Amino acid sequence: MSLNSTPLPGAVGGTKPRTKSSSLFGQSMRRLMKNKLAISGLVVVIIMFLACFVGPFFSPYTDNKVNMAVMNKAPNIKHWLGTDALGRDVLTRVLQAGRISLTVGLASMVLSVFIGALLGAIAGYYRGVADQVIMRIADLLLTIPGLPLLFIFGALLSDWKVPTEYRMYIVMFMLGFVNWPGLARMVRGQMLSLREREFMQAAVVLGLNDRRKLFNHLLPNIVPLLIVIATLNIGGSILSESVLSFFGLGVMAPTPTWGNMIDAANNLIDFQEHPWLWIPPGFSIFATVIAINIFGDGLRDVLDPKQKR
Amino acid sequence: MKDLIQIDHLSTYFNTESGKVKAVDDVSLRVREGEIVCIVGESGCGKSVTAMSIMGLVEEPGGKVVNGQIHFDGKDLLQLTKNELRTIRGNDISMIFQEPMSSLNPVLKIGEQIMEPLIIHQKLSKKEARERAIQLIEQVGISRAKQIVDSYPHELSGGMLQRIMIAIAISSNPKLLIADEPTTALDVTIQAQILDMLRQFKEQSNMSIMLITHDLGVVAEMADYVIVMYAGKIVEEGEVVKLFESPQHPYTQGLLKSKPVLNQRQDELYSIPGQVPNPLELTESCYFHDRCEHCMDICRTQQPKLKEVALQQKAACWLYEEALVHG
Amino acid sequence: MAETLLEVNHLKKYFPIHKGLLNRTIGHVKAVDDISISIQKGETFGLVGESGSGKSTVGKTIVRLTEKTEGEIKFKGVDLYTLSPQELRKIRPSMQLIFQDPYSSLNPRVRVGDAIGEALLDHGLVPKEEIRDRVLDVLQSCGLSSYHIDRFPHEFSGGQRQRIGIARALVLNPDLIIADEPVSALDVSIQAQIINLFRKLQETRELAYLFISHDLSVVEHLCSRIGVMYLGSMMETASRDELFKNPLHPYTKALLSAVPIPIPKLKRERIVLKGDIPNPADPPSGCKFHTRCPFAVARCKEEVPVFRDAGAGHFVACHLV
Repeated sequence: MSLNSTPLPGAVGGTKPRTKSSSLFGQSMRRLMKNKLAISGLVVVIIMFLACFVGPFFSPYTDNKVNMAVMNKAPNIKHWLGTDALGRDVLTRVLQAGRISLTVGLASMVLSVFIGALLGAIAGYYRGVADQVIMRIADLLLTIPGLPLLFIFGALLSDWKVPTEYRMYIVMFMLGFVNWPGLARMVRGQMLSLREREFMQAAVVLGLNDRRKLFNHLLPNIVPLLIVIATLNIGGSILSESVLSFFGLGVMAPTPTWGNMIDAANNLIDFQEHPWLWIPPGFSIFATVIAINIFGDGLRDVLDPKQKR
Repeated sequence: MKDLIQIDHLSTYFNTESGKVKAVDDVSLRVREGEIVCIVGESGCGKSVTAMSIMGLVEEPGGKVVNGQIHFDGKDLLQLTKNELRTIRGNDISMIFQEPMSSLNPVLKIGEQIMEPLIIHQKLSKKEARERAIQLIEQVGISRAKQIVDSYPHELSGGMLQRIMIAIAISSNPKLLIADEPTTALDVTIQAQILDMLRQFKEQSNMSIMLITHDLGVVAEMADYVIVMYAGKIVEEGEVVKLFESPQHPYTQGLLKSKPVLNQRQDELYSIPGQVPNPLELTESCYFHDRCEHCMDICRTQQPKLKEVALQQKAACWLYEEALVHG
Repeated sequence: MAETLLEVNHLKKYFPIHKGLLNRTIGHVKAVDDISISIQKGETFGLVGESGSGKSTVGKTIVRLTEKTEGEIKFKGVDLYTLSPQELRKIRPSMQLIFQDPYSSLNPRVRVGDAIGEALLDHGLVPKEEIRDRVLDVLQSCGLSSYHIDRFPHEFSGGQRQRIGIARALVLNPDLIIADEPVSALDVSIQAQIINLFRKLQETRELAYLFISHDLSVVEHLCSRIGVMYLGSMMETASRDELFKNPLHPYTKALLSAVPIPIPKLKRERIVLKGDIPNPADPPSGCKFHTRCPFAVARCKEEVPVFRDAGAGHFVACHLV
């Protein structure tokens, strides 16, 4: 019974030429700017990215030299967040770890969106055998819980003695691989429902070719959904990476990530006596993931209004 | 005849992303006992919002009744608490909507949905309510009432569901029935049945009906009194025969001329040029001026008031204002 | 003698009803059950019926949006169902469809100009550099302005969108337009504009319409020949004047008498039909209309009436005529 959710019939008007940007993108962005919560989420995310990618350039401690003179120091003027057991500056390490964590999150998102969207679109557009094969594989992967699967991969990597500098990339692929089935399923569902829409029937009657139907009519209608899922996906990937690294199965020391830094909390003495070792990376994960999710929800309201409620 | 409901200067506004929409703008009307009043207009003219305002269904933050009084039975509905309003809604005023499918709960049996208000408002026992429900279903012309009581909404056709909605609406013997496009979603043969039935109930129980529709044919068949709305305002109202025989407002005239009529074929239909104005871009003027053949300078800058232009007929148009001045 | 453009012979379209774990077919909805129509060049044929009559399915089966079950559809002498996908795509521009809902029939993410021009481009009907001019031309003949070309559909009202839908079909210079309830979703004042547009376009181009509608007054206005459908079967076809002055089938009579006429206190003899339209999955035996027919006799229940000529091209399927 809510009237405001549907535009008033007369309101679409558009009889007179207007100067205001009329593109759908511009409209969505204006609406997004009105959602203060989502924008605050975006601001936090941007600050995080800037801090992690630009911040370390202003730090005198980027070389991570072991300095026994300042082991396990509490936060002070020289070391704002204190130092760790090897005398390294915690703030610098949190920022450097953020680089890795955010990169892993982003890259695995790109990978899973790419695989998921491609396979989902193929399944939804061509249906038939391709659909059956792709979706059964996806179903199979979805029946195996993600984390244990990642643990097994992680353990295998350790077993095969993969050099630590490559582990980061492998972790990206692992996360991307684990995430695609859910995405493919969503894209396929969207494709199937779009196929039934009247404008797609119109495209058939007009005799448009397949390429145009796919690229000009179907994909543009899926992109908003993809943007939303992709955004929310980054948060999930960061979390998964942290969990893996926390258990020593993801990216490993000396490469710092937020996950393997919280590993400090594993040690009862560090947990109780040196909270500055695990609170900063923990808080970073918390703030980033929350901010990404808030922003993602805001995006969803703007780009994909059907999903609301 | 006594006035049953009297609406004075009702204004209901909606807040949209692009600004404030005056969905109903200073509307006054009344419905007398045993009368059928039709509110007619095109989509977006505010006819449904008027009904929703009466029923207290306009909810913030989306929309708000910003001004006016709605007198019903000596009470101003807009001043009542939610509970008092609910009692009136359940007993004295009922409403049926265009889409019967979406007004019924798909997981509850038809019987349960008819019984619910009977148990709450009329304090019937479950058994009595069930018997009354069967009786009501028969009353709205559905055979096999005993089976229908135990079926689910998706098992019935649109016409049947609208009958069920009417059964629910009349179960409390309301004094006023508000019907918002009750037959728009139905086929013509079913529409004829439903309209016949509504008329019959009106005769039997002296119920008043406020019928909201866009179909001038339905208006001519049902109405005693007609109100024509355009862009949130009443542009013309009057007794039905007079209004159809000599419409005064250019909009009403255009509307009547542009409707294709069975057995009165013309080669070219009259059509009102242009389209309904954007409610966000309305300025002080006659809202119909840019589509009107008789548009004068004053129409562009000042809003005409609703005036008696003939016996039992009012119109809001500067043409008649001029006539009064010069004549 | 005018040329026959479209010939539909004994068209049937059954939708299977699946049930159970194994998805077994337990029956069929006979949406279209042995329908024959022929449309001459430049003619307007009206197909009237209530919901569930199968009138829209007829339109969709003709343009092969859904596949037929049985029967023959010949367009300009070519059986559409013998064509390869490539040949079918080639012939599509000359046979266009206009949809009921002007909101869902336009892709919200495609600009109006592209929506109208893209089929020209895909079929290579017009050199690329001339497409914009062609689009502007057709926009104008549909009562839209040139600055509308770069707009998105959401910026238009329902009536304007329907004009865009018509322009999109018209730009291909079709011989036949199948219009499926093209004015039902529009307001009265806009409806008149669109009806006039349909008429004007027919006068300026040699267009034939298959006009599908539930609204008899609109059909009377626009169509020269009319067919009345009920539950997948044709009940009556006749020329406009014949059908409205001298309806033979009880269903047509009832339908005509049920249309509300905007003349208050008009005394009309009304045939109010009893009951609901039966479920198309389980249609009545004999004459499908006998369950609601006020004049039904025993024979109607048992024997399917033959669709036959009652004189002067007036066809009817009723035992009582």
